[in-house]
Amino acid sequence: MNQAVNKLFGGLSGLVGFLLLAGLILIVLPGVLDGFRLNLVGKYLTYAFVAVSLVLCWGYGGILSLGQGIFFGLGGYCMAMFLKLEASSPANTAIQTTPGIPDFMDWNQITALPWFWKPFYSLPLTLIAIVALPTLFAWLISFALFKRRVGGVYFSIITQAIASILTILIVGQQGYTGGINGITDLRTLLGWDIRTDEAKWVLYFVTCALLLGVIVLSRLILTSKLGLLLVALRDQEDRVRFSGYDVANIKIFIFCVAAAISAIGGAMFTLQVGFMSPSFVGVVPSIELVIFAAVGGRYSLIGAVYGALLVNAAKTMFSESFPELWLYLMGGLFIAAVLLFPRGIAGLVERYGPPAMAAIGKRLPVPALRRGAPAVRSAK
Amino acid sequence: MTTNPSTASNTDFLLAIEDLTVSFDGFKAVNGLNLYVDREEIRVIIGPNGAGKTTVLDLICGKTRATSGSIRFHNRELTRLAEHEIVWAGVGRKFQNPAIYENLTVAENLVVSYPKGRSVFGSLGFRRDATVQTRVEEVAEAVFLQDRLDEPAGILSHGQKQWLEIGMLLIQEPELIMLDEPVAGMSVRERQQTGELLARICQGRSMLIIEHDMDFVRSIAHKVTVMHQGKILVEGSMDKVHDDPRVKEVYLGH
Ligand SMILES: Nc1ncnc2c1ncn2[C@@H]1O[C@H](COP(=O)(O)OP(=O)(O)O)[C@@H](O)[C@H]1O
Ligand SMILES: [Mg+2]
Repeated sequence: MNQAVNKLFGGLSGLVGFLLLAGLILIVLPGVLDGFRLNLVGKYLTYAFVAVSLVLCWGYGGILSLGQGIFFGLGGYCMAMFLKLEASSPANTAIQTTPGIPDFMDWNQITALPWFWKPFYSLPLTLIAIVALPTLFAWLISFALFKRRVGGVYFSIITQAIASILTILIVGQQGYTGGINGITDLRTLLGWDIRTDEAKWVLYFVTCALLLGVIVLSRLILTSKLGLLLVALRDQEDRVRFSGYDVANIKIFIFCVAAAISAIGGAMFTLQVGFMSPSFVGVVPSIELVIFAAVGGRYSLIGAVYGALLVNAAKTMFSESFPELWLYLMGGLFIAAVLLFPRGIAGLVERYGPPAMAAIGKRLPVPALRRGAPAVRSAK
Repeated sequence: MTTNPSTASNTDFLLAIEDLTVSFDGFKAVNGLNLYVDREEIRVIIGPNGAGKTTVLDLICGKTRATSGSIRFHNRELTRLAEHEIVWAGVGRKFQNPAIYENLTVAENLVVSYPKGRSVFGSLGFRRDATVQTRVEEVAEAVFLQDRLDEPAGILSHGQKQWLEIGMLLIQEPELIMLDEPVAGMSVRERQQTGELLARICQGRSMLIIEHDMDFVRSIAHKVTVMHQGKILVEGSMDKVHDDPRVKEVYLGH
C-alpha cells in the first residue's frame, strides 16, 4: 500500500498534492465558475499537459524543448481534421464548387480531398494519429540529434527552428491546412454537438481525467529506474554512458513521451475551443509553454499544472486591460522564475508552505524493503 | 584504420593493446603503445603529466576513438564497439574527478549502476527487489558507505565520493576495472583504506590504475608501466622501475 503510494504519487505529500489538485479542478472550480469561465480553465488545463511534459523532459531529463508547440499543435490539428471532415459533409457544403471537402480547400481551388486527409474520416484512426504522429515526429527529431550527441542549447535552438518552420509550412500550404486562420468552424463529434454548454461541461471533465491520468503515468516513469537515470543524466551524462547505458535512447524515449502528452493536450484544446490554428504551433506559444512549467516548478508535475493555470489566469486578466504590457510582464515572470525561484511555485510551497506539508513530505516507510522505493526527492 | 583482428594473434591476456595510436590534430598523445594485462593482475600506469595515461583509459573505454591499433578484451576487438557495449563486455572505468550523481542518494547511485534494466523498457520495468537491495547494501559496506545510504551523494566528502564511484563500478561486476588517480586528494587514512579496498576487490578481476602516489603504487601494484610522451618507457616490478635511470630522469626525479 505504502509502496503503491510512493510509486504512483511520490509519497504522502505527493498524494495530498494530487488530491488537492483533483479536488480543485473536479469539484471547486466547476462549483464556483460559470460555463464560460470553466471552459477557459479547461483550455488552460490543455496547456498544463504540455507543462507536465516539460517537467519530464526539461526538469528531469534536462532537455529544454523550445518547440513543444509542435506536438501540441500536431495533436490539435489531427483532432481538428477529423472534426472538419465531419462538418464538411456534402449536405453541409452543397453550395461549394466541390461539395464534401473542407471549405478552405474549396476556396483554394482544390477539387479533391488530399490523400493525407482521408484517414481522418475514421475516429479510431484519428485517435491513434493524435498520439502516434507527434510521437513519430519527436522520434525523428530526437533520434537524429541525440544519436549525434547534439544536446543542450543546440537542441533547444533546433526545436525552436522546427517550430518556426512548421508554422511557415502550415501558413503557406493554405489549401491543405487552412493557412493562417487554421481549421475553424468545427461542430460535431460523431454527431454530438461540441459547441453546447453541456458538451463543454463534459469535455472539461474529460480533460481533467486525462490530465490526472497523465500525471500518474508520469509519476510512474519518474519513480522507475528510468526516472533515476534521467536525474543521473542531468548530473553526469558520461558516468551514465560508461555505466552501460545507451544515453541517446533514454533521451529519445522521454522526449517522445513528452510529445505524446503534449499532443493529447492539443487534441483536447481543439475539442474545447472549437478550432486549431498555427498560432499555437510556433515559437512564441512554445516559449509560453516553457514559462508555465518554469513558473509552476519544473521539477514538479503538480506545480506545472498550477503554473499553467495561474499564468493563464493572469494573462487573461492583464491582456484584457493592458494588452501591450502582457508580453513584457511574461518575459519578466520568466526571468524571475529562472533566476530567483528556479523551483517555481512548487519550490516556494515546499520551503514556505505549512510545516505539516514538509513533515509528511518524507517518503513513507515500506515494510518489505526498509530503504523504500527509489522515489526521486523533490518530485511533488 | 584499426588492425583487422583476424591478423592479430590470439592471446591469453585479458586485455591486449597492440600498436595503439591516437593523434589529435597531428599530435600523437598515444603512440604505438603495446600493453598486456593478465587476469587478476593489478597494473599501475605512472608517468609525468601529459604522458597520455588518461588517454589510454579513454581509448579502452571508447571515450576516444583510436587512430590505429587494436584493443582486445577476451580476444574481442573493443575499438569498434559503442561505449555501453564496452561496459557490457566487462570493462568499468572510474573518472579522475569523482563522477557521481549528486542529486541522488548513495543507495540510488548504486541502484542506477546496477547492471540490470539497462534498456529503456528494461529500466521502466526494473524492480528494486530484495536481491537488488542486498547487493546495494553489500557494495555500500565494501566502500565504507553503509551508514550513508539514504543521504544525497552531493554531501559526501571528496574521498567518500571517490569510494562511491568505485562502488558504482563494483556493483556492475566488471572483469576489468580502470581507475584514474583514485587516491588523489585523499587523506593518509583514506589512502590506506582505499588500498585495502582495492586489494580486496581485485579477487577474480583485473585492474588498470593510474596513480602518482608512489607509496600507494608500491602497496598495490603487481606490475608498473611507466609512460612518457605517449609511449612505454619501462615496464616491470616496482623495484625495477624505481631503479631505472630513465624513469628517474623523466619522472621520479621531479
Ligand atoms: N581530446 C583531446 N584533444 C586534444 N588533445 C588531447 C585530448 N585528450 C588529451 N589530449 C592531450 O594528450 C596529452 C596526454 O593527455 P593525458 O592522457 O590526459 O595525460 P596524463 O593523463 O598522462 O596526464 C596531453 O598533452 C593532452 O593535452
Ligand atoms: Mg590524467
